[in-house]
Amino acid sequence: MIKSVRITAAHTFWIKVTLHLVALSLLLFTYYQAFSDQLGADPVKAILHFSGIGAFNLLLLSLLISPLAKYLRQGQLVTLRRPIGLYAFVYAICHFSSYLLFELQLEWSLLLSEILKRPYISVGFIALLILSILAATSTKPIQRRMGRTWQKTHNWVYVASLLVALHYIWSVKSELIQPIIYALVLLALLVARRTKFLKPIQSRFNKRTKTQQSKKKLA
Amino acid sequence: TPLEFSQPQVYHSEDLLTPEQKIISHNNFYEFGSGKSDPLAQSQSFKVDPWSLKIDGLVEKSLTLDYDDLYKSFELQERIYRLRCVEAWSMVVPWIGFSLAALIKKAKPLSSAKYVVFETLYDPDQMPGQKNRFTGGGIDYPYVEGLRIDEAMHPLALMSVGLYGKTLPPQNGAPIRLVVPWKYGFKSIKSVVRIRLTDKKPQTTWEKLAASEYGFYANVNPQVDHPRWTQASERRITSGGLFTRNRIETQMFNGYPEAASMYADMDLRKFY
Repeated sequence: MIKSVRITAAHTFWIKVTLHLVALSLLLFTYYQAFSDQLGADPVKAILHFSGIGAFNLLLLSLLISPLAKYLRQGQLVTLRRPIGLYAFVYAICHFSSYLLFELQLEWSLLLSEILKRPYISVGFIALLILSILAATSTKPIQRRMGRTWQKTHNWVYVASLLVALHYIWSVKSELIQPIIYALVLLALLVARRTKFLKPIQSRFNKRTKTQQSKKKLA
Repeated sequence: TPLEFSQPQVYHSEDLLTPEQKIISHNNFYEFGSGKSDPLAQSQSFKVDPWSLKIDGLVEKSLTLDYDDLYKSFELQERIYRLRCVEAWSMVVPWIGFSLAALIKKAKPLSSAKYVVFETLYDPDQMPGQKNRFTGGGIDYPYVEGLRIDEAMHPLALMSVGLYGKTLPPQNGAPIRLVVPWKYGFKSIKSVVRIRLTDKKPQTTWEKLAASEYGFYANVNPQVDHPRWTQASERRITSGGLFTRNRIETQMFNGYPEAASMYADMDLRKFY
């Protein structure tokens, strides 16, 4: 029988090293292929798909960490959340800049009108803005300075991830299976946090019933 | 297999050709999977000989072409056409084929014929996309396309049996496909087994799937956007990687103004 293994800082250090190696080398290698026209007939579409799906994968992985740490009772795992989340942001930035640079080829007016006119691009862009704020406030000193608002701010990751799922579903022509699988995985990860989402609602509800009860008593 | 064909000057083009490797590896052919590279990967064992292409419906003389007839019944020509996909990318393809009008004339159409309906082969054993809705992009097979009779009789409408001097590879619609260069690519139905003349407007595959996005006419029109993206410009697929400056303006009727007269009295925003 395996005795319960404790994940230590040394373990997460090596997990982080692997994460950097895999996420960075995959990104660099795929861009190299695209620049040298080795990524299929339409390297622009290929790179957009790669960076978009990559960002979504990393985002889901970052959302997996807390429930996993709780389930396995391995608190140390939580330190992986920040680098994975930051890589999700890096991939998302690559996705957006590839769209601007290679798909629209720096037609700024077209970029603006597409963001405003096309719902699937609007929600994707909003998700990117949210991720940018989260990335910008991700360092330890900022986290300390923000105090309790930091957690509130970073809860927006749930909104961002739902927008990303919507962005993916709305972007396809008819082949909905894969985007729907992604959305279901996301929903499962959100359901795993149901107590977190339900708590504020419950406490508000409790407060209300309490005040109603006390009002009744007064009457 | 190499083909013999003439190269009429009128169908030559100044446009830079899309490399053959790209034309045969970047395909929308959901019968072989919905990814762009799926058709190449999944179609290589597709059997095209024997083949049977039937022309029937409102004609005096229905006829059936077998595999050899496809190459021998009509004079083959090379025609360089721009292909504009509804997804806003485009290619320049040296097709080889014969005029659709010649084929229809041979069957002697009745004056009551108003529309022409095309159908792709239905063979789930050979076409994995037809086997289940998950790999086939949710399409109700067989794939059906249609043209108005005057569109079908237009000299630009081509039945293609080859490209770059050789017979069509399976992923490009072997052994015979339609090419309608002034319309979005999805109108140019692949691996055709039946052409039926009728008096009723058919419901086409993509119209059935999403009528607000893909209309029956599907003429290339930079002024009518797809609901989810602009059609004012396109990316021309040539050689070169990410930095190729290939975004160009889309032309009305894909740069084939000779098609315009057929739609003179029509509101092309309504009949998109």
